[in-house]
Amino acid sequence: MSETRYSKDHEYIRVEGDVGVVGISDYAQSQLGDVVFVELPATGKALSKGAEAAVVESVKAASEVYAPVSGEVTAVNSALEKAPGTINEDPQGEGWFMKIKLSNPSELGDLMSEADYKTYLASL
Amino acid sequence: MTEILSDAPVLHTALHDRHVSLGARMVPFAGYDMPVQYPTGILAEHQWARTHAGLFDVSHMGQAFLVGPDHETTARALEALAPADFLNLRPGQQRYSQFLTQDGGIIDDFMVTRSADPDENGTLMLVANAGRKEVDFAHLAAHLPPSVKLMLAPHRGLLALQGPEAARVLSRHCPAASDMPFMTAISTSFDAIPCLVSRSGYSGEDGFEISVRNDKIAVVNERLLAAPEVKPIGLGARDSLRLEAGLCLYGHDIDTTTSPVEAGLQWSIQKRRREEGGFPGDARIQRELSDGPSRRRVGILPEGRAPAREGTVITDLAGNTIGTITSGGFGPTLNGPLAMGYVDSAHAALGTKVNLVVRGNPLPAIISAMPFVPTRYFRSA
Repeated sequence: MSETRYSKDHEYIRVEGDVGVVGISDYAQSQLGDVVFVELPATGKALSKGAEAAVVESVKAASEVYAPVSGEVTAVNSALEKAPGTINEDPQGEGWFMKIKLSNPSELGDLMSEADYKTYLASL
Repeated sequence: MTEILSDAPVLHTALHDRHVSLGARMVPFAGYDMPVQYPTGILAEHQWARTHAGLFDVSHMGQAFLVGPDHETTARALEALAPADFLNLRPGQQRYSQFLTQDGGIIDDFMVTRSADPDENGTLMLVANAGRKEVDFAHLAAHLPPSVKLMLAPHRGLLALQGPEAARVLSRHCPAASDMPFMTAISTSFDAIPCLVSRSGYSGEDGFEISVRNDKIAVVNERLLAAPEVKPIGLGARDSLRLEAGLCLYGHDIDTTTSPVEAGLQWSIQKRRREEGGFPGDARIQRELSDGPSRRRVGILPEGRAPAREGTVITDLAGNTIGTITSGGFGPTLNGPLAMGYVDSAHAALGTKVNLVVRGNPLPAIISAMPFVPTRYFRSA
């Protein structure tokens, strides 16, 4: 079983056991527009919550992707480097960025549930 | 600061509501609420304009007429402020130029057209940048001789139809358009609607700009959009198209601190003006033409995939700062990152290897020829 939680910066983390799959929400990709470049962290990198974890660039601009939780990067989706448009096509599926092994699972409590995130989007 | 330069979008073009109904994402630009993209997105819009025909609402740009007693009087009045040869413009001919400061910096860049109508001998039409039109018009009003009047044309809107199928589409409504050479203009009609059509644009493609009264522009817009070859294009793709074409964007690649020679725009200063001078900043520009400027605008191709944006520091391979990127991003037709910027002239030769400092990391790049994508302006019938 898995649970997806969201940050106010529109990152999602889909938690499966002690590992979370991190990417950007459908709303985030729609706001960015066509993604043309992504810079992913090195596997093994230790990230603290809120740290810059990746960069995603559209035709217009570069945006940072922040770590929604603290932990170690255990895998990155290097297929995105050749096909960054996957982030637009399937942001919460094939367009994932990285997997993070959670060092402090209680941080998930600071993130929003799917329902709360929908309410948050409606308020923007 | 004038209201038009603030970020607050207070102004709408006559087509604003139509952009919204087409699903455009609207953003503030030069005081206007403008479409940055439509639902298909910038990449698709860019490719469409390169392969078919894209329709751009550029009604935010500043249109005006200079009206004097005869061509020579009007042309000489404009030559006192800008370095192109306007005196020898033929009727219907269009030229690109720049208003200059006393130091030879660029106040704005603009297009000027000599009316083709014999009854309008002495009339020049100007199209200036939206974000600078207030400054330009105040500058003109302060410097024109009493015999030359500046007549603003806020009642006119402007559409740009750009792409390899633009001529085919426009000629259905305006048969005279298809034979027009690049950088010429005619007073004609679109179906029965009076308009001024020039064969020009800012995409690197063949295309036209159509100046039409605001109360008729919606009709022209709809009839063009109804063509299967035509899709609406926003400011996002307008920017990526002009960047691939190596064209300057005012406020980014050129401003009051850059001269036309530094910017590589000396082609727009014709021989007579180079020799005679008689325009603001002429001493500096003549010196830069003979001795070379200390820095030059160059094209830059990153070797990797990471775009380098405006403000990125350019260094030599030893890490010494040699310049700054002024426009940078991703070229959809090029299918890779591209940029332009200024570097010290010693490093401006084509093929020079440089580094771009992106997020603290030096990324290899090469000084490259512009345009990045070959332009396809229409030269003759």
